[in-house]
Amino acid sequence: MLLLSSGLFLGWSLGANHGGNLFGPAVGAKMLPFYSAAVLCSILVIIGAVVGGAGATATLGALGAISTPGGAFVTALATAATITLMSRLGLPVSTSQAIVGAIIGWNLFAGAPTGVGSLTTIVASWIAAPLIAGIVAAATYVATRACLCRSRMHLLTVDAMTRSGLVAVSAFGAYSLGANNVANVMGVFVPAAPFSAITVAGLQVSPTHQLFALGGVAIAAGILTYSRRVVRTVGRDLLRLSPVAALVVLFAHGLVLFLFSSQEVGVVLSRLGLPRIPLVPVSSTQAITGAILGIGVVKRARGLRVRVLGDIALGWVTAPPLAAVACYVGLFFAQNVFELEVKDASQGSPITITSSFGQGGMAGISPPLDATPACRAAPAKRDTDPPCGAQESPIRGAGHAITTGHTDGCLSRQCDSPLPRHQLAGPESTAPSSAQWVQGLARTGHASRTALSTERLLPHLTQRVTIT
Amino acid sequence: MNLLFGRTKQLVAQIEAFLDAVSQGAIVFRQGVIDYLSHNAADFQCRLEAIDELEGRADSIRRDVENQLYSHSLIPENRGDVLALLETLDDVIDTAKRTLYEFSVETPEIPDPLYEGYGALAHASEQAAEAVVLATRAFFRDVRSVKDHLHKVKFYEREADRIGENVKRHVFSLPLDLSHKIHLRYFALHVGQLSDAAERVADRLAIYSIKRTL
Repeated sequence: MLLLSSGLFLGWSLGANHGGNLFGPAVGAKMLPFYSAAVLCSILVIIGAVVGGAGATATLGALGAISTPGGAFVTALATAATITLMSRLGLPVSTSQAIVGAIIGWNLFAGAPTGVGSLTTIVASWIAAPLIAGIVAAATYVATRACLCRSRMHLLTVDAMTRSGLVAVSAFGAYSLGANNVANVMGVFVPAAPFSAITVAGLQVSPTHQLFALGGVAIAAGILTYSRRVVRTVGRDLLRLSPVAALVVLFAHGLVLFLFSSQEVGVVLSRLGLPRIPLVPVSSTQAITGAILGIGVVKRARGLRVRVLGDIALGWVTAPPLAAVACYVGLFFAQNVFELEVKDASQGSPITITSSFGQGGMAGISPPLDATPACRAAPAKRDTDPPCGAQESPIRGAGHAITTGHTDGCLSRQCDSPLPRHQLAGPESTAPSSAQWVQGLARTGHASRTALSTERLLPHLTQRVTIT
Repeated sequence: MNLLFGRTKQLVAQIEAFLDAVSQGAIVFRQGVIDYLSHNAADFQCRLEAIDELEGRADSIRRDVENQLYSHSLIPENRGDVLALLETLDDVIDTAKRTLYEFSVETPEIPDPLYEGYGALAHASEQAAEAVVLATRAFFRDVRSVKDHLHKVKFYEREADRIGENVKRHVFSLPLDLSHKIHLRYFALHVGQLSDAAERVADRLAIYSIKRTL
């Protein structure tokens, strides 16, 4: 539990830094008082974290395999320290970028591979999110202005509706922030959640959801206690926003965060035959800045303070390497000075999570463990045998493949229930590639989903899979 | 939510009532000048009472609106402009009341040849005030049409200045005592001041409407 403290600190930092994104424009336009907005957003952040936090957590987990609680602790601590430093300087900083930098720092320290596919997806989202936010904000602002001109509503009526709208979109943005960014706070601790499932009011609450709730509470604490300084920067220093412009900015921000965290939207897009939006923790700061810039473009950059924009961009550029260095140094001290286990001692790890993003071919379709000849006996290790390493199994957890165990002789001692011979495929001398395995299945006439079904494989895998 | 929109509706109604009071004050002013020129003492007295009541009502509404805008932090971006606008509009009805009371107190002796001139001057001043009230209503609901009314204010103000100058020239061309001429010139000046007050409101409205469209 003590090792969760860095995650809680990270959550507090995220809230302190990103509270400004939720209601900075509204407070800066003097439409909402600070504390009322902060309390409302805190409640919605917790709800969003618990209800919608699973989607983005999976993608972040695919980036790097932080396999020990100590490693997760130091990673979260390094990220939190980076964000706190930036918050003290009054600079909005991307928590998503900082955590990615810290995870890469862990990967470098531990010699673990970085999931290139996930990294590519996440970096692409850093570009896509502010771009989408800017376009949505610009289009919405133009449309809103046109509607208001045509509607001939009284100035006071527009003011009242804007206030109501600001409350609604701030709440929506807070929910989306919780759903999208709790992955940054607690994602690294999910494999090692120190809780057990509990029942609350007849509802089963899993350890993961308990973690998310804790993360949401930490974010809320940061919003309530330390977000005022950044509120000033986002609300007034970049571009002075009218109340209607503030409403549009917050709407665009909330929408982008929601799109990148909602599994339901992905399902709808799939049904419509459209490509799914990857569930990635995107930067709230980038989304809000992109939205403000979109408004700035519509206004032809009148009043846009380029210097402030430069300061914000500087924060974005420096945060990931700063977090990576902080994490690396922290891991060094944690391991060598405090003798904290920050990575697995063995080469590889019992569980490694690698991303199948960007990997073509038969990603996710892999020979079951028992398809290797090692299950029948324990032959002497040959030079041609591949080294003990990871194989991919068809079991997919939350959007990524879980790899289990080791090949060949490493598994032979753990092979309790080998699959029938006829389900084995591929060359017997070496661990078959995924493609060869499927071809082999086709030759034996068992290239069917039944053969690959989780129900057949899971009993074997769960006997060997250990999660640390 | 009902509280917020309920308060908004009440405020909108109050601002509309204020504008109605200013507009009626300008109409009562013109009728009052005509009644005075017609030696219709009873009607003139009614006009005095009416404009007194309208001016008092406008003051009360303006103070209440100011109070509510500040205490509930409404329209933060435009609050200062709106309150300044209401105060300068209040000057319009104050000018109308003050001028009518001057007629009542000083009872100028206006020769018959000057009736038409004074009547036309009062009419031009009243038209300027009417146009500025319309421009103010447009400011609250349709800011792009404010300038459509503002040019009328400027027209009637220039018209009032022209008529006022003609009346003064006519006054000084008549075989009257100098003191009488000066007294009559004084009233020509004051009847024309209503259009000047309306023009001051129009100048502010022009700036405020530009600010709202930015």
